[in-house]
Amino acid sequence: MRYLPLTPEDRTEMLGVIGVSSVDALFADVPQAARLDGPVDLPRRATELEVERAFAAMAKKNIAASDTAFFVGAGAYKHHIPASVDHLIQRSEFLTAYTPYQPEISQGTLQTLFEFQTQVARLTGMDIANASMYDGSTACAEAVLMAARVTKRSRAVLSGNLHPHYAEATRTLARYMNIDVAAEAPVPGGLDDVISQIDEETACVVVQNPDVFGGIHDLRPIAEAAHAKGALLIAVFTEIVSLGLIESPGAMGADIVVGEGQSIGVGLQFGGPYVGLFACRNDKSFIRNMPGRLAGETIDADGRRGYVLTLSTREQHIRRDRATSNICTNSGLMALAFTIHMTLLGEKGLKHLAALNHERAVELADALSAVPGVTVETGAFFNEFTVKLPKNAAEVTESLIAKGVLAGVPASRLWPDGGLDDRLIIAATETNTDADIALFASALKEVL
Amino acid sequence: MAMNQQGRPTRPNENAATGGYADTISGSRGLDQAEPLIFERGRTDLTGVDFPELKGTKTRLGGLERKSEIGLPGLSEPEAMRHYVRLSRKNYAIDLGIYPLGSCTMKHNPRLNEKMARLPGFGDVHPLQPQSTVQGALELIGELAHWLMTLTNTPCVAMSPKAGAHGELCGMMAIRAALDARGETGRRRVLVPESAHGTNPATAVQCGFYCDEIPANADGRVDMEAFKAKLGDDVAGIMLTNPNTCGLFERDIKEIADLIHEAGGYFYCDGANFNAIVGRVRPGDLGIDAMHINLHKTFSTPHGGGGPGSGPTVFSEALAPFAPVPYVVKKGETWHMVEHEAEARADGAEPFGRMVAFHGQMGMFTRALSYMMSHGSDGLRQVAEDSVLNANYVLARLKHVMTPAFEGTCMHEALFDDRFLKDTGVTTLDFAKAMIDEGYHPMTMYFPLVVHGAMLIEPTETESKSGLDRFCDVLEGLAEAAKSGDTARFVSAPVHAPVKRLDETRAARNPVLVWQESEDQPQAAE
Repeated sequence: MRYLPLTPEDRTEMLGVIGVSSVDALFADVPQAARLDGPVDLPRRATELEVERAFAAMAKKNIAASDTAFFVGAGAYKHHIPASVDHLIQRSEFLTAYTPYQPEISQGTLQTLFEFQTQVARLTGMDIANASMYDGSTACAEAVLMAARVTKRSRAVLSGNLHPHYAEATRTLARYMNIDVAAEAPVPGGLDDVISQIDEETACVVVQNPDVFGGIHDLRPIAEAAHAKGALLIAVFTEIVSLGLIESPGAMGADIVVGEGQSIGVGLQFGGPYVGLFACRNDKSFIRNMPGRLAGETIDADGRRGYVLTLSTREQHIRRDRATSNICTNSGLMALAFTIHMTLLGEKGLKHLAALNHERAVELADALSAVPGVTVETGAFFNEFTVKLPKNAAEVTESLIAKGVLAGVPASRLWPDGGLDDRLIIAATETNTDADIALFASALKEVL
Repeated sequence: MAMNQQGRPTRPNENAATGGYADTISGSRGLDQAEPLIFERGRTDLTGVDFPELKGTKTRLGGLERKSEIGLPGLSEPEAMRHYVRLSRKNYAIDLGIYPLGSCTMKHNPRLNEKMARLPGFGDVHPLQPQSTVQGALELIGELAHWLMTLTNTPCVAMSPKAGAHGELCGMMAIRAALDARGETGRRRVLVPESAHGTNPATAVQCGFYCDEIPANADGRVDMEAFKAKLGDDVAGIMLTNPNTCGLFERDIKEIADLIHEAGGYFYCDGANFNAIVGRVRPGDLGIDAMHINLHKTFSTPHGGGGPGSGPTVFSEALAPFAPVPYVVKKGETWHMVEHEAEARADGAEPFGRMVAFHGQMGMFTRALSYMMSHGSDGLRQVAEDSVLNANYVLARLKHVMTPAFEGTCMHEALFDDRFLKDTGVTTLDFAKAMIDEGYHPMTMYFPLVVHGAMLIEPTETESKSGLDRFCDVLEGLAEAAKSGDTARFVSAPVHAPVKRLDETRAARNPVLVWQESEDQPQAAE
């Protein structure tokens, strides 16, 4: 076994030192009836080459995003990642390190988390950020729980234009915590009226921007309405690149900002691992109630600067059944990828990347608008928008596969019973060429 | 307490920004190069990425253009490369040496798994592509699910939980949903042994339960009399770690399962220590109703500085209907992902909901399956045997100089307490920090809580005998040094790490969580 260093001689010698005759003796505490005599019914060991062949066979049955004209978004986005990002996160010292419980020999992880927290706080326009969550949807759900703890209220109002997976994850997490989660109906091309739902019992209003249909909105009136009733505004994003071009949620009055960081540094990976971003205002009750890990600055015995995990008194390993959440991990490696990519971009690069994304999307919207029967519903958008088709969008999407186009996400995939069968959510990024856009428009014309 | 949560770099001494070694001009020391934050060296007009020119297409932003600066410094590619390579050199990692953190299972991360996860067919597919274009990805999830169900002898697995604690939540939510379906609204008490991970009680509370602690006996296992006394018609279930956090197999586990079932409750097993029994014991045979499996631990996906993890949760027949969406099924020759509750209900299931957007940690699935296939059924059995052998070898080698917390053999981790340090003036923390100077990552400290000054050592199966001998020689030497009154090497430790002992109290009292340039700090709210 290539991963197991012990030789039969080693094993015999070690058993002698332990003072037992066989390995079975070490399993003496296992009830006889629970012991397996032989191997389980699974294949025996495979060589490296055999594993590679088996995986290659499965991988070939998928269409990779890079092998087609690709316009699928709705919560995960195809962006180009510089080669150095993947190289750096594969360095042994990052890849194979654990949670930085011993800070003196974990400064690499801790300093990058401190950089990550600062980048996220600045991007979102908030004061502080944590060291990442599992993904955007769990960050959203945890933000609602945090808002309930902070406001001591038990009602959350979710915009209908929040990604339905995010709404479902939130409803699931809140279900047994006695938090009432009220979700509005989706409004492609507009925004539902969440303001009228806010009352004195409301802990928070959750609004996504750009929303799941791609629309961008001024959050200030919603923030004002929420604050007037003592509720918090939780702003959600699934496309972090948008923050390079549009006003930050913090500047528009959000109290907590959560979202998905996958677009920067992290590949599509069929849904995970991704990197949840979580930022909020600088307020003592916020900090005490926020979930997740935090890296903080301190000094060592010589007075030199260093970093540690901090404020752990909120966490499960100290507070146990009174902890702010049960989370005891973060997306460390994905946060690192995010930080490296963001450092490569810098302000200048991010703004250029964002502008490029928007430009591609505008050009795509114009090209598709020219196809008879197609209406672009989204007025103001970043890199994603929704079109109304004269046919069932899921069927159109299927028939475009053979023409080399993965066209987007049919709204019926997200809301099977939403009466939105003719809507298609389409994303464009810097990876889409002029030829991709022309192909999409001409192929769509053919299948309609 | 006045708090300053935002903070500037505290610049505790003049050279702090460059690392501040008093004996060098640069602040660096040989290959250990001081590295400032990107915010102290990057510039907002600098970028390390080349993009095509913009065409000047008219924007459609509805007047919502960003007006303020973001404040994000950038670095050119060579500068960024050096920055992160220099930082990486300040990290301990399993590829550098033994990482004996008990309960964390830090084992070798084969690079084959990285290569498999990066095949474009897995790494570059979108979770909402048409299902017809991701048949291989769905097949991989189905195949991994098959391995997990076979290894545990259970009929169902939920793949979407994103970490071990998320898997716990999945299991406990299914229990809550099953109780609700039975109309048992009075069952809200969950029995949790005092040696449990802190995530267990935190998870139970998130499902609307409250916790009742079961004490441990002198053997380090569940006190059966105390357990029996706590059973009643308000008990929702038990959360038990097996092998437990003291590194011991719960001998009475089948009786525990039978009793909790007779009492009308469910048996949640924390699978954090599955590494010790994989291929040798099937948890389903022990009577469990739900158990999460930390793919990152048992099946060796890299921990990357804390995550990502992955925590698929297996279920018994009784809980299977309540498993969350999405899940994969095979219909004829076609793989299908059931994504919506309504579709699941039409099939007769009663999912408690959706835990996360999309399908879970696909990148971890590929790595774990690659690891499993590499070992095969025969190799996985060897994994358990070698991990237990290695732990017992460490226990046997050190029991003369350190004090084992319990008598007898252990499973895959060896637990010591601090009695051997009594009257030496050396604490468990000092002992751990001295290990750093010797080039070793310390063991888990102060956990489990049931043991005073606990030191939990988990070597895992990927450590060689010669490596363990060197490790034990060092611990033996340190134990003898402490007993002989050589306290200096402990109280000042570490002295050979990139930084000396860090002031964690200061960080918590005066939290500085983001970098700010200004000297003038806004004071945080009281």
